[in-house]
Amino acid sequence: MHKLIPVLAAILMLAAPPGQAELQIQITEGVDKALPIAVVPFGWQGTGAAAPLDVASVVAADLARSGRFDPMDRKDMLQRPTTGADVDFGDWRMQSTDFLIIGRVVQSVPGQYEIQFQVFDVLRGEQLLSYRQPATAADFRRSCHRVADVIYEKLTGIRGVFSTRIAYVTVSRSQAQGQVNSNYRLVVADADGQNVRIMVESRQPIMSPAWSPDGRKIAYVSFEANRSEIYVQDLRSGSRKRVSARPGVNGAPAWSPDGQRLAVALSQQDGNLDIYTLDLTTQVLTRLTSGSAIDTEPTWSLDGQQIYFTSDAAGGPQVYRVPAEGGSARRVTFEGSYNARPRMAPDGKELAVVHNDRGNYRIALVDLARSTTQVLSDGRLDESPSFAPNGEMLIYATQEGTRGVLATVSANGRIKTRIPELDGDVREPAWSPFADK
Amino acid sequence: MTKFKTIAALLIVTLVTACSGPSKSTVDEGAAGAAGAGGAASSGVGAGGTGAGGAMGGATGGSALGGPGASQENRIIYFGYDEFAVKPEYDVILQAHGKYLSANPAARVRLEGHADERGSREYNIGLGEKRAQSVRNVLLLQGAVSDQIATVSFGEERPAVIGSDEEAWSLNRRVEIVYGQ
Repeated sequence: MHKLIPVLAAILMLAAPPGQAELQIQITEGVDKALPIAVVPFGWQGTGAAAPLDVASVVAADLARSGRFDPMDRKDMLQRPTTGADVDFGDWRMQSTDFLIIGRVVQSVPGQYEIQFQVFDVLRGEQLLSYRQPATAADFRRSCHRVADVIYEKLTGIRGVFSTRIAYVTVSRSQAQGQVNSNYRLVVADADGQNVRIMVESRQPIMSPAWSPDGRKIAYVSFEANRSEIYVQDLRSGSRKRVSARPGVNGAPAWSPDGQRLAVALSQQDGNLDIYTLDLTTQVLTRLTSGSAIDTEPTWSLDGQQIYFTSDAAGGPQVYRVPAEGGSARRVTFEGSYNARPRMAPDGKELAVVHNDRGNYRIALVDLARSTTQVLSDGRLDESPSFAPNGEMLIYATQEGTRGVLATVSANGRIKTRIPELDGDVREPAWSPFADK
Repeated sequence: MTKFKTIAALLIVTLVTACSGPSKSTVDEGAAGAAGAGGAASSGVGAGGTGAGGAMGGATGGSALGGPGASQENRIIYFGYDEFAVKPEYDVILQAHGKYLSANPAARVRLEGHADERGSREYNIGLGEKRAQSVRNVLLLQGAVSDQIATVSFGEERPAVIGSDEEAWSLNRRVEIVYGQ
């Protein structure tokens, strides 16, 4: 579970202390109308005492975390059927359960499984879905999340994101001989905060993780050479490549939708940040902005034709747009004194930004057609919004006391969860694309 | 004192310079005490700075104001919120550093720009870089040549002080002048 991906020896500063705390997710604000659902403990057909994981508990936790479902406590279940024939809808109706999930894990050969399950509409006494999800010992947890995805999509009509992942940066500080040592880590975890993997570890800052559109690579900024450089790392192999180490700042990598280019912010010789695109195959660098303003934090439109970015050309930071092949920039945000770090919504209709709301830095959505701004978060120093690939939720960084923690908010602002970690400062979450894209 | 202890526990070595910071409240007294441990004379290697003491043989013209022998408080320039213009109060210090560089062509300096934690991280990298460039421009006007000066921005990634109040923020919006590249 706690795998240290092999990385170049140069950046491995410390032996990783065992057992990095996993993230625990708490729902801090939900909706009134969460649907009552019962996820009955799954049956087991195989050698040994039980399935590799308690499928029903993973699935129930996923559904609860979405804020749209209210799973029944196991100890309140009057029956625990594992096949359709055993279901007595009367009991479930009496307990006001709308939906019922039952299933079983079947072992074909050791290490190979099939998670079979059914979804029932309790009021109508009808089976809505019967599904078989293959699984292996190695990816069993991921398969449980896929089960939750299938159920979520069946019941809401929206594709689930439980089997996606999040990347984020943690910093832990320790003191030795009067010196403060910082340890920065780029971490990838499942969307529920479990299954933590450390991708890179360094005593120098790591910043700005960005998923490739196929979900196989992460671009990020590392200061391991005591200056900013951009790397692209393969998740599966752990191998990585330095893609930009030009004089000055190398920052804010953002993948084009086709995965062929990175938009980046470079200062080159003159110390002034501008937006460029870097073709990852040909290494051709194309400059898109110039002038004395700070231009940074690019993000692409869905069709790859436009790049949105932060610029302080008008004094404070605001979001602008420039054609990806070059052209003149246009201002996009006008509401408020501070709108920065845009991220495009999966439907292309909104931008998530960091917005100064009466002195507080908060996550807001800017509607591109109507130019309206809706503040979603309620912290004082919120930053780094990242959309779930289905657009239903955003993950962002907020502060709890003096340390950074991650939080999620639904795109309508109604459902909020917090993901506190036991130690270290957590920041810069980036939600992965759908796994099979 | 409790407040000081909390802050002191989180100090990065360079914080010894708190005395010279724009804000002179509770940290002052304590910071002077902390200097015993952190050491105004130490090279500030702490979080990765390369430290002072890189002066070449035969260097001339250094002082407590400018050059590698400058006291720690004279090696940090502080800035206003979302600003990158160098305040006039730093003219004397920067003049001394510029003169030293001009008189010692072999001397090298690295300007490390920083921002406070508010707002977005990459934008803050931009601010830190702008601040370092502002200081660089002043040094060039004082006779330093561009080959002598390297700049780097750490944005909000390497705070001098951990904290989310005006005082911490004012101490974190800074450019550190590091000799010896």
